[in-house]
Amino acid sequence: MAEPLLELRSLRKNYGALVVTDHVSLSVRPGELHAIIGPNGAGKTTLIHQVSGMLPSNAGQILFAGEDITHLSMPQRVKRGLARSFQITSILPGFSAMENVALAVQARSGSSFRFFGNASQEKGLNGTAMDCLSEVGLGARAHIPAGLLSHGEKRQLELAIGLATKPKLLLLDEPLAGTGHDESQRVVETLRRLKSRLTIVLIEHDMDAVFSLADRVSVLVYGRVIATDTPERVRENPEVRAAYLGDEEMV
Amino acid sequence: MTELTGTQTAPAPSSSMRIDSIPLVLFAAFAAAPLLASASGAEGYVLSLLTRIMIFGLAAMSLDLILGYGALVSFGHAAFLGIGAYAVGILASHGIEDALIQIPAALGASALFALVTGAISLRTKGVYFIMITLAFAQMLFFLATSLAPYGGDDGLTLPNRSLIAGAGLLENDYAFYAATLLCLIGAYLLSRAIVTSRFGRVLRGTKENAVRMEAVGFQPFRFQLAAYVISGMMAGLAGWLMANQAEFISPAFMTWQRSGELIFMVVLGGLGSLHGAIIGAAAFLLLEEFLPEILHAASFLLNDDIRSRLTENWQMVFGPLLILIVLFARGGIMGLLRRPHHG
Ligand SMILES: Nc1ncnc2c1ncn2[C@@H]1O[C@H](COP(=O)(O)OP(=O)(O)OP(=O)(O)O)[C@@H](O)[C@H]1O
Ligand SMILES: [Mg+2]
Repeated sequence: MAEPLLELRSLRKNYGALVVTDHVSLSVRPGELHAIIGPNGAGKTTLIHQVSGMLPSNAGQILFAGEDITHLSMPQRVKRGLARSFQITSILPGFSAMENVALAVQARSGSSFRFFGNASQEKGLNGTAMDCLSEVGLGARAHIPAGLLSHGEKRQLELAIGLATKPKLLLLDEPLAGTGHDESQRVVETLRRLKSRLTIVLIEHDMDAVFSLADRVSVLVYGRVIATDTPERVRENPEVRAAYLGDEEMV
Repeated sequence: MTELTGTQTAPAPSSSMRIDSIPLVLFAAFAAAPLLASASGAEGYVLSLLTRIMIFGLAAMSLDLILGYGALVSFGHAAFLGIGAYAVGILASHGIEDALIQIPAALGASALFALVTGAISLRTKGVYFIMITLAFAQMLFFLATSLAPYGGDDGLTLPNRSLIAGAGLLENDYAFYAATLLCLIGAYLLSRAIVTSRFGRVLRGTKENAVRMEAVGFQPFRFQLAAYVISGMMAGLAGWLMANQAEFISPAFMTWQRSGELIFMVVLGGLGSLHGAIIGAAAFLLLEEFLPEILHAASFLLNDDIRSRLTENWQMVFGPLLILIVLFARGGIMGLLRRPHHG
């Protein structure tokens, strides 16, 4: 088996006595779409914060492409190919959709300590930004201020921004949250296309999406990984079914 | 901070002709004003008032660069005025009167002060940033008051204005006016380039959402610090001009009240447009200058006693008036000019 792209070793996070990430060990193989599911408050977002470098961990190790990145800052991790989206949409509302994405392209192409020349006219940046927007189906909305996009479009924009950093691994925190049926369908299709090019860690409550997209699924409950397996085997796992009390969510 | 500043964003580069014509008209007016001044009969007074407006405009614009485009509320910006002014005074009292040495010294000292204090202040956010920039400026203020060889509390009168390559060109008020206008326009063009550049876009992005900027790979601190240094240098240049206009320096150049006035000018003119800060400075100084007369004329119905007291205590009207303008003209004067267009 190939060396994992992302490996978490006994990762911990606690707020005082509350343990939110409890000795999480996990490995994400190159090329796979690895879903993380779990009830509300299980610690999924916290885990993404730790992996992306937004939150420090109390113990444990994070390895990315074989390198220990546990103590790197978020920008340093992005430079190594680790991008993320946010559960609570995080965009630049006053910038156009295009400029939101172009900034991400700018971050990895040449110095940003350039004090002359109109950045919004740079063809190289805008061209790549436009490709990313088209990829998620927002091409026609490129010049709309991001703050005026619909909720679903903002979710798609987050995805485009993530893509624009040219990641090896994309961490997606509930990209379907709050989107309508059509929009959610479109995002699922986009993810299906991206799957072949990228390694993706997907946090999602929409089980249809998870089971149709994921190569493997990890289940997080109270900060602990209780199972990691193929979608079919996870669905049959009694411990997992017990964690999702009523079962109906698991279909 | 994001909620506070996210809604009123700097205008997109595609803003209308109407807005873009404002700086043109503004600088044309400054360029034409000396002609009118000579016709007015009080040319010395008019020139000196306008020169003062341009110098404060430069200082306020430098603050707008970090406040309007970076949401960095520096409450110590007058420190740079002091540094620029003391560069003139200290060097002149050692016989170095040439601007070709003084200006680089003023810019270098401002840059160094900005680099050191900025590197510390920018570790903090919000109110803490405001307080720590204020604290650094106060330190410098007290340092200046203790500089006995350079006048201490009382300040220092300069023997003459700075020389340019050995020549006393600036002694002529028209020449000094022209030099000030040149500095202002130069700084404006530089700032305008900066805010639309790659660098400026990162600064503007950080103002809107610093976490998002980090999540695409930027380290906001480095950009904010560089902007702080550039802004400090521009304010230092304003300080150099200020000392030369007054032919005098004193710690009063860098009081915290002065820093507050600069913030007020920027907010009054409208955050994040550069020329708005110049207009804000003009409005502030003109009100300060003419409010007593305006009050006197406007209160003709009242009896003489109240009338003279009102005129004497014009500052009691000045403060509330400024607050009302800021409250009711959101977006400042530039906001008022922009509003009809946005429908
Ligand atoms: N700053 C904090 N201080 C204290 N507790 C926190 C903090 N942030 C999160 N928590 C707690 O950590 C737990 C995990 O939260 P987290 O947001 O990671 O869950 P989640 O799995 O993403 O939930 P959801 O599915 O609702 O998004 C929750 O119980 C939450 O209350
Ligand atoms: Mg969450």
